[in-house]
Amino acid sequence: MILSVQDVVKTYGDYLAVNHVSLDMQKGCVFGMLGPNGAGKTSLIRMITTITAPDSGVIYLDGQKLHARSPEQIGYMPEERGLYKKMKVGEQLLYLAQLKGLTKAQALQEIDHWLTKFNIKDWWDKKVEDLSKGMQQKIQFIATVLHKPKLLILDEPFTGLDPINTTLIKDEIAQLNASGISIIFSTHRMEQVEEMCDHIVLINKGKNVLYGEVSAIKNEYKKNLFQIETPDPMPADLSERFVLLRAEKNTHTFQLSDEFMSNDLLKLLLQKGIRITRFEEILPTFNEIFIQRVAETEAG
Amino acid sequence: MSKLSLIIRREYITRVRKKSFIIGTLLAPVGLLVYMLVIIGLSSYQGGDEIKVAVLDEARMVNPLPDEQGVRFIPSGSKTLEQLKTEVTEKKLNGVLRIPALGNFKQKEHTIFYYSDDKLAPEKSKLIEKRIAQKIREFKMDSLQMDAAQLKLLESDVSIDPEGIKSEQDGQSKYTAGVGLAVGGIMTFLLFFMVLMYGQMVMKSVMEEKTNRIVEVMMSSVRPFDLMMGKIIGAGLVGLTQVVAWVVLSGAVSFLVPLVMGFNAPSMQDSMAAAGDANVDPAMIQDTGMRIMAELSNQNWPLLIGAFIVYFLGGYFIYASMFAAVGSAMGDDLGEGQALTLPATLPLILAFYIVSMAGWRNPDSGLMVFSSIFPLFSPIAMPFRLAFNPPWWQVALSLALVVASAVFFVWLAGRIYRVGILMYGKKVTLKEMWKWTFYKG
Repeated sequence: MILSVQDVVKTYGDYLAVNHVSLDMQKGCVFGMLGPNGAGKTSLIRMITTITAPDSGVIYLDGQKLHARSPEQIGYMPEERGLYKKMKVGEQLLYLAQLKGLTKAQALQEIDHWLTKFNIKDWWDKKVEDLSKGMQQKIQFIATVLHKPKLLILDEPFTGLDPINTTLIKDEIAQLNASGISIIFSTHRMEQVEEMCDHIVLINKGKNVLYGEVSAIKNEYKKNLFQIETPDPMPADLSERFVLLRAEKNTHTFQLSDEFMSNDLLKLLLQKGIRITRFEEILPTFNEIFIQRVAETEAG
Repeated sequence: MSKLSLIIRREYITRVRKKSFIIGTLLAPVGLLVYMLVIIGLSSYQGGDEIKVAVLDEARMVNPLPDEQGVRFIPSGSKTLEQLKTEVTEKKLNGVLRIPALGNFKQKEHTIFYYSDDKLAPEKSKLIEKRIAQKIREFKMDSLQMDAAQLKLLESDVSIDPEGIKSEQDGQSKYTAGVGLAVGGIMTFLLFFMVLMYGQMVMKSVMEEKTNRIVEVMMSSVRPFDLMMGKIIGAGLVGLTQVVAWVVLSGAVSFLVPLVMGFNAPSMQDSMAAAGDANVDPAMIQDTGMRIMAELSNQNWPLLIGAFIVYFLGGYFIYASMFAAVGSAMGDDLGEGQALTLPATLPLILAFYIVSMAGWRNPDSGLMVFSSIFPLFSPIAMPFRLAFNPPWWQVALSLALVVASAVFFVWLAGRIYRVGILMYGKKVTLKEMWKWTFYKG
């Protein structure tokens, strides 16, 4: 277990930001933290990164309670990006790496590795304010991973990046994960979660309202929707047995009562000689799950 | 290297490398250098530009006149005024000085005539007038058969020697008060200026971090308290560096320039005096100068310097931490948050005002005693009073309170800072800031 959050509570004055949240994260996972603005994601992240301390509850990092040197094992890229504008790139990366516990020699080695990897070695002497926003974010990313953290926490990492740089960073994240680094993504962009995460936690109003493996959750929330693509018209008598939800051009969406009926539908269509170009189960998007779950928790 | 040291180092190097710091540090010594060169230049210039003046002493009152600086007096001998004027035209002389006989001994005003087409420089003119007046005085004394020695007895030089009733005040002279004021005044001004300037530097640095949004990245690596202390200590070291540089460079300039230019202190004093007022006797200046030097060396320098350092550190930590707390609440809210800076700047300005208005009149007044003990004012007020030997118990109490207050304010600021730096968008009031001290960590 890389991270264990146990019954954590955080209040700011009278405001209850985090309300008895618990979650466990296995090593090597890519964990998605979802939730609307003001849900408590950032407050929770700040407790994990030791920026603030919980009012009650405990957080364990790699089996140990959080302590003064825990930040050296965590890399955190906050949503509010920021670097010292007037400092030079090389100097700043060195400073930030040393604050994470690296020696000067180690830091220089890592900086060289990353600048070479991104092909930006000539940026060493450039002031951060002279770089474009996208370039600054690359530097910020490097600063986050420079000290080879065990746990990487990325808050909205792709905001403001163009498609090329987004792909670049995604690839880097995948590589880091492949090398054993555990990753937490915090975002309200659900489609990113579906692409990259294997586990998620859904936070709403300071509470953990949904938590588990992505595929398991999707299965739990699926509605037995099946989509068929065919150039041929649908037989009229189909709707007696199978509920047709939508028909757009060549795409027909059916809601079946249980998953075994999908084979029956397929058999029937084949019998009728319908040409099938695509047949797939439509799993719910996290957007849909999210909305449903929030409604459930607010009602219940 | 510990994280705190890394932060201090970064804060220090970033500021010391700035052009504004380098220029500001060099400004004082360069200014002093220019001033000294001008003074020396002026005096050398005077020395080189000598004029030859023939003295037509019609009543034989003044000749022979000794040469002055820049003026060679040549007795006219048997030559007439017209002959002398011709010599001026032929450039053999610069001018002719005609001294008519005294019409009336009792008359104070006496006119002498200078014939030349070149304008006589004001300081040479004054010099000549002074020398002639002196000579005429001697002539009158001789004519009236007055005893020069007896006349000198009439002069008295009065000076007040302060004597204590309860305490020993031996060794004091009329210069004590003046020198005390000067020393105290300089320390007060320096402290006020340094604390205000470097305190505000801390505030701006804190605000910059909020505006840059780097705060959260920093917070995930270091404790807020360490970041705040790193800034305060770093900026303080920059301030000390600047003061030390000023003292060393200015001292070097004062010592080397006269050496290089082949000048010695007394004659430079003369030229500085001549530049000011030719009526002042250089001998008197030397005497006063030496008395002042003696008075300065009488000052209890170890105590003064030690106290200066303690009050600078104490006052700086009190105010810099207040500025850090205010800066953390303001962030990018530059315009509207100005009111928040008042609790930090007002006491400092008030202290300076009290010392400059009331302190110099009476260093031991009730107001000054209070101000030198109350910890928000004492870093400015007590160093001033130290030049006047205040009671030791007041000094001890003041020092203890300053140190305790510094610790308290640093702690308080730390509590406010750790909440403030992560707070964005909300308009902050002092009441809000006070609440933050009670937020859990």
